[in-house]
Amino acid sequence: MVDATHGPDAHAAEFPDVELYHPRSWWTRYVFSQDAKVIAIQYASTALAIGMLALVLSWLMRMQLAFPGFLTFIDAAAYYQFITMHGMIMVIYLITALFLGGFGNYLIPLMLGARDMVFPYVNMLSYWTYLLAVLVLVASWFTPGGPTGAGWTLYPPQAILSNTPGQESGIVLMLVSLILFVIGFTMGGLNYIVTVLQGRTRGMTLMRMPLTVWGIFIATVMAMLAFPALFVACVMMLFDKLLGTSFFMPALVEMGELLPHDGGSPILFQHLFWFFGHPEVYIVALPAFGIVSDLISTHARKNIFGYRMMVWAIVIIGALSFVVWAHHMYVSGMNPYFGFFFAVTTLIIAVPTAIKVYNWVLTLWRGDIHLNPPMLFALAFIVTFVNGGLTGLFLGNVVVDVPLSDTMFVVAHFHMVMGVAPILVIFGAIYHWYPKITGRMLDNTLAHLHFWVTFLGAYLIFFPMHYLGIMGVPRRYFESGDISFQPPSAHDLNIFITVMALIVGAAQLVFVFNLIWSIRHGKPSGGNPWRATTLEWQTPETPPVHGNFGRELPVVYRWAYDYSVPGAAEDFIPQNQPGTNPPHSEAPKKRRGAKS
Amino acid sequence: MFFAIIAGLAGWWLARQRLTVKPWLEQGVIEGVPDFEASRDPAKRVGLGFLLAVVGSLFALLTGAYFMRRELGDWQPLPVPPILWFNTAMLVLSSLALEWTQRAVRQRNQTQLRLGLAAAGVFAITFLAGQLIAWGELAASGYLVDGNPANSFFYLVTGLHGLHILGGLVALGWAGIKAWGRGGIESVRLNVELCATYWLFMLFVWMALFSLLAGWASDFIAFCQQLLS
Repeated sequence: MVDATHGPDAHAAEFPDVELYHPRSWWTRYVFSQDAKVIAIQYASTALAIGMLALVLSWLMRMQLAFPGFLTFIDAAAYYQFITMHGMIMVIYLITALFLGGFGNYLIPLMLGARDMVFPYVNMLSYWTYLLAVLVLVASWFTPGGPTGAGWTLYPPQAILSNTPGQESGIVLMLVSLILFVIGFTMGGLNYIVTVLQGRTRGMTLMRMPLTVWGIFIATVMAMLAFPALFVACVMMLFDKLLGTSFFMPALVEMGELLPHDGGSPILFQHLFWFFGHPEVYIVALPAFGIVSDLISTHARKNIFGYRMMVWAIVIIGALSFVVWAHHMYVSGMNPYFGFFFAVTTLIIAVPTAIKVYNWVLTLWRGDIHLNPPMLFALAFIVTFVNGGLTGLFLGNVVVDVPLSDTMFVVAHFHMVMGVAPILVIFGAIYHWYPKITGRMLDNTLAHLHFWVTFLGAYLIFFPMHYLGIMGVPRRYFESGDISFQPPSAHDLNIFITVMALIVGAAQLVFVFNLIWSIRHGKPSGGNPWRATTLEWQTPETPPVHGNFGRELPVVYRWAYDYSVPGAAEDFIPQNQPGTNPPHSEAPKKRRGAKS
Repeated sequence: MFFAIIAGLAGWWLARQRLTVKPWLEQGVIEGVPDFEASRDPAKRVGLGFLLAVVGSLFALLTGAYFMRRELGDWQPLPVPPILWFNTAMLVLSSLALEWTQRAVRQRNQTQLRLGLAAAGVFAITFLAGQLIAWGELAASGYLVDGNPANSFFYLVTGLHGLHILGGLVALGWAGIKAWGRGGIESVRLNVELCATYWLFMLFVWMALFSLLAGWASDFIAFCQQLLS
């Protein structure tokens, strides 16, 4: 039965203070820290910094597409290097690292009422391995030949052939960096999973976890099973490159010379890569789903609609995403029956995803919607994700995909669905949790400016790009030149897109300025500025200090979404507030504390 | 196959997690949840479990790649160096030594504990040395890493497995430091247990890989395919 009288004292004894690691010097407190919050900020700052580099690269690519020859230092090789690095950094080193390393580290212990991750030392190693991976990646700019220009998918055989830019050492550093990233991520991922399973405070059942934690948890489990595929692919490609093996390399004649490779299968690499690559999309999307659910519920002052369905949908999407990978390979020449199977699974995955979208919309329905920056970004995410998801249904069908393959349509699709959409969530989440991290609010005017320019600008960039793709404008081309099927208006559109990209990029500088400026000059936020229910807002200090919750850990008495409970004194009831909700007719009392 | 097992485990676990409750109707602390104890020691055990899932995933994918690559026509199987049998025996002995050490911990026998750990370490190092000798023999008889995909896979697979054993040896070394230190037997109990689990898992991985490299696994699969068709 319900045990609301159980005091928190018994629980405090289970976490003797000696178990918690205590920093002894400035170095171990802020640099080699084992505190998940510091590690989270390290992860996030590194990811944002390397992300700025990828942003600049996208500017340069757009400049080349709109004004070929204007920036003289961009030749074909440089263009391919920009493409490759932009894609790889954005997908892996920015979004994945920020969602799981950044938000995962910050939110999992706080939201679950834990003092820290279960393996703080391994957690610290995880960050430093990640930083090393980033440094190795950046170092490829300073090697002869520069970074690799193989495209972010690194398809062999061209990835290691001699006419691909960066084949001297860029590709080797890229592969080494990815291998390091996987190792570092595995260390972090073990932490996130085991903390969710073991570190929860008393009363925090799995089904009381905020959806943010659910999203990060399932995404991490997926990543743990999917990243080994990337690891294997990278190691095998390193063998091909450095030891002359033929895992992926077929017999090739290059510049009139027969290469030593023989009989390898490039398709094998594609299978391995996309076995990682497709779950990767959902590794990015699931934390975004979770965070958006919490933002919408909090800022619409209404409980999330269909919490159970949301959890199930996250789990089902996670499982299904392992059986759709070959829809990236319709044009690779694999067995057509394969394509049929993967098209079916791809379309099935739209079902749980649609459930989530309906639930978000139904959460908003008759909610008390506050259009503050986190909410704006969350709403923008829903719209953008639906857009990107619908074009995904186009591309999931073999017959539609074949003509659209390798056109700007694909570029527009995946930027909408896994570029813009998760980034919008990242922004929303930063606006939402920044007050907890720093104790100060971000500037609201700048935030609105940032939102509207980013949101509308992203549409002005990527909507026309769909159109270009349907016209047949190919992706990855350094220069289109005079091609008969491309009317001159296509180039005008390219110029428009580039101008928009420059503006949207500049808006991100406003955001960065806001982040830095508000640390000192922001309005003090207090402990719970959004009047939210989850545990991270109930910490005794803001920003939370080492150990998170003071002397005693919180005890959880309810789910995370008690907003606007009829009859309650306030419009939210924190998860750690004891007692039952005021009686109200719709809640059948006998179901309380159902099975205990 | 491996992923089906993982999915099965995950499904079984999820089914026990009260996923069908209606959390919005429940208030108060919920007791009796099928849950782990909230202390750090089982956390390490669970952590190891997930680590093994990752390692298993890695080798399962390698095996998948092995079968795909093998179909491509230029495959020339390489002879199995006889020393691999000796190495397998070493790994078995190493694993057995750890099981024995676990028993010593339960019986609080410090001498046996130290002996067991040392034996496990020595056997594991012998295994690694044996693998290196196998590499040397193969290279000496002309089966170089870039000669044929079968050779490449042999070096890749044994190399990765060896690295995992090497990583395990670090953990074993840590247990050794504790066993010879002043912490007493209780302090190494968990280390020994985790090492034993890891060793057992790596032994099974090695058996699977060995049967793969020696060609029995493919015979078995061909047999299954015949049954099916």
